[in-house]
Amino acid sequence: MTVVSQMPAVTALSPSSEAELAEVIGSATSALHIQGGGTRSFASVAADTVLNTGGLAGISLYEPGALTLVAQAGTKLSDIQEALSAEGQRLAFEPADIRGLVGVEGQSTIGGVIATNASGPRRIQAGAARDFTLGVRFVDGKGTVLKNGGRVMKNVTGYDLVKLLSGSWGSLGVLSEVSLKTQPIPETQACVLINGLSILEAVQVMSQALGSPYELTGAAHAPAGVDGHPVTMLRIEGFEGSVSYRASKLAELFGTYDVSIETDPAKVSKGWQWVRDVVLLQDQSGDVWRVSCKPSDAPDLIEKSGAQQSLLDWGGGLAWLRMPAGRDLRTALGGFDGHATLVKGEAASANLPQFHPQPPALATLSQALRAKFDPKGILNPGIMG
Amino acid sequence: MQMPDPDASILARKARIVSRLQAVLAQGAVISDESETRAYECDALTAYCCPPLAAVLPSSTKEVSAVLKICHEEGVPVVPRGSGTSLAGGALPTADSVILGVARMNDVLETDYDNRFIRVQTGRTNLSVTGAVEENDFFYAPDPSSQLACAIAGNIAMNSGGAHCLKYGVTTNNLLGVTLVLMDGTIVELGGAHLDPAGLDLLGVICGSEGQLGVVTEATLRILRKPEDARPVLMGFDSNEVAGACVSDIIKAGVLPVAIEFMDRPILEIAENFSGAGYPECEALLIIEVEGSDAEIEEQLDKILSIARQHNPVELREAQSSEDAQRIWLGRKSAFGAVGQVADYMCLDGTIPVSELPRVLTGITELSNKYGLRVGNVFHAGDGNMHPLIMFDANKPGDLELCEEMGAEVLRLCVEVGGCLTGEHGVGIEKRDLMTDQFTTEDLEIQMAVKDVFDPKWLLNPAKVFPLATSETRRSQQMAAE
Repeated sequence: MTVVSQMPAVTALSPSSEAELAEVIGSATSALHIQGGGTRSFASVAADTVLNTGGLAGISLYEPGALTLVAQAGTKLSDIQEALSAEGQRLAFEPADIRGLVGVEGQSTIGGVIATNASGPRRIQAGAARDFTLGVRFVDGKGTVLKNGGRVMKNVTGYDLVKLLSGSWGSLGVLSEVSLKTQPIPETQACVLINGLSILEAVQVMSQALGSPYELTGAAHAPAGVDGHPVTMLRIEGFEGSVSYRASKLAELFGTYDVSIETDPAKVSKGWQWVRDVVLLQDQSGDVWRVSCKPSDAPDLIEKSGAQQSLLDWGGGLAWLRMPAGRDLRTALGGFDGHATLVKGEAASANLPQFHPQPPALATLSQALRAKFDPKGILNPGIMG
Repeated sequence: MQMPDPDASILARKARIVSRLQAVLAQGAVISDESETRAYECDALTAYCCPPLAAVLPSSTKEVSAVLKICHEEGVPVVPRGSGTSLAGGALPTADSVILGVARMNDVLETDYDNRFIRVQTGRTNLSVTGAVEENDFFYAPDPSSQLACAIAGNIAMNSGGAHCLKYGVTTNNLLGVTLVLMDGTIVELGGAHLDPAGLDLLGVICGSEGQLGVVTEATLRILRKPEDARPVLMGFDSNEVAGACVSDIIKAGVLPVAIEFMDRPILEIAENFSGAGYPECEALLIIEVEGSDAEIEEQLDKILSIARQHNPVELREAQSSEDAQRIWLGRKSAFGAVGQVADYMCLDGTIPVSELPRVLTGITELSNKYGLRVGNVFHAGDGNMHPLIMFDANKPGDLELCEEMGAEVLRLCVEVGGCLTGEHGVGIEKRDLMTDQFTTEDLEIQMAVKDVFDPKWLLNPAKVFPLATSETRRSQQMAAE
């Protein structure tokens, strides 16, 4: 294990095995800031010690024929992607790379991806990170090594703590190993592009497309795209004949609009990476919020928000909003089916809660769970309310 | 399987408990007469039965809350029940428990095609959820074999799967939100029509918690547009190993069939005799179904068939018409019934890594010889979800116990090769005592700690999932407190 003293009074611990991780947590008496690559940690944590999982690295099992990969939590996301693409596979949930958006450097780890349930555009069809996590090993706040799930596709043996740990932001335990379901990369892809739609029209078009039998793996809308004009994007993936059939069917369905089909896979990839990583809102002043909502509510919520810029993904179910610094978006939105997270905040926003406050009964349950998993209250205190 | 002795003090208070329940429910919604409580004495694991103290059939979330509040105050265990189709004893009562049945709560509350969800009361049956949206060409994807009868409440409790979950996922992947009533009567809303949870994923842990954390009264479910068409293909092979390798190659090639079903020789013979489906003479049979437009189906089948040909199939048969398709599915769909005609059987559902298929099938054959009990395998091969049917004679003394003993060995084998005890049926009482084969004491302790949070008095379905000795302290604290 390496112990590095960083800038004023911050110690960084970097265990190199699960046993060391357990030892560090078990003997800790003060708060720990759990970190993978630090590429998603916009959340503020009240801790002087950073616990970095980067030392727990390596893929321990990869069976392409069974679509299964097991890796230590600190394994770099890029290493996993490289191993997968060598076998023509990928992570279906398409985790976003928001380094540019948040303004940080470093390398994402697979543990960080799962701990934040980071899911990209394909979430609407394939599922979220939590849906592709088959099993976890983790160390709870007492330093106990625990496991849940496994490496099989269907598993209802005992409670599903895999889901609970996915997206728990390190507040229940520190992941030491994850086992994932992988996906073969489809033969090809295409994107149906529709120009000039209002947000309301775009959400209606996306709903209609997602409710068609043509199986989209992405539906996004930028009210002002790269060239400043509105563009709606519908992605189709699969075997060549099928992709071309479905793209033409969709183009036909929306024939009354200004519609075109992009069939160059490289351009399609680039376009969806642009959506996934929220490139549109990079390098700009103000705060960035992520709103998860019922798709048909999105136009009204964006209107109410007073956002300076927006990007819609998940058919409207995910809205990225750029807001003036320091303004609590939740006040502007009022009650709605969903929640808003502050992803990037200016100094003026330091006092805004980053995660959406929960109703009292849920907050009580969540706090009680945290107290069971982390009785010393040392794992990322202050995160998630 | 052992169940805890009933609490005599609860039995003694039956009249008072029943009268309190009657006061908050409609007339006829409390069943306490011994001749009638018998209807609730078991679920689909019929080898075990015990009439409950009473059964209640509330008709709203508020009534469920009122019932739970009373039972909480009285310290009475509650066993939630959907349609009672659990194969694992998930709805098996004890003599001192109240069965809380959601059967009368079966309304559709909201259908939203634009946002692609339906909100239902959880007593609604799985198939009738699809029934409510199919005129608009939508469907609800998880399709357990019992879908005609099983309730959404039970699907959520057990995180049910089905033949088509290879493509569409199981219940947890299709569940967006629930209304949950805690044991003390508190009503909470988890999730909704949006896609990802705010805060900790409590919805994720509720799904599959076997009715031990709360009673789910309403659910928001993802609905999908029906594909244009579907077509099965049948292929026979010389050995289980070859069929297993073919499955692996198809998955690796990036074809995503909606279903890959596997039947071995013993099942094939029984199913063929029963249904006359016209299956070929072979060691292992695969039924693979793909979806899409005609051209898309052709494209996928071309790839699947060319992979299959590399494995020297005994037979390849593509459905040319919907009658052909029905015929191909006929034997598979009637397989359980066919086995039921020739013997009593126990159906396991251990799940294994697909790569271990040949090894486990060989292991099961060896165990079959060791115990002298016939076994047939019919299962979802694409995701490694085995379904060995162990045949026995219920009238022969000791045969059930022998079958259970063999079943336990089969499940231990599944765990040993990196799999799990149950892929879609749940633990219930059936696999309860095997949990220590898959989990350490600490692994089980943290799961029980979750129950402590949701149900501190351990009143909801208490004698399930965890070995009795493991949960003993927690279950008995309640009695001691009285």
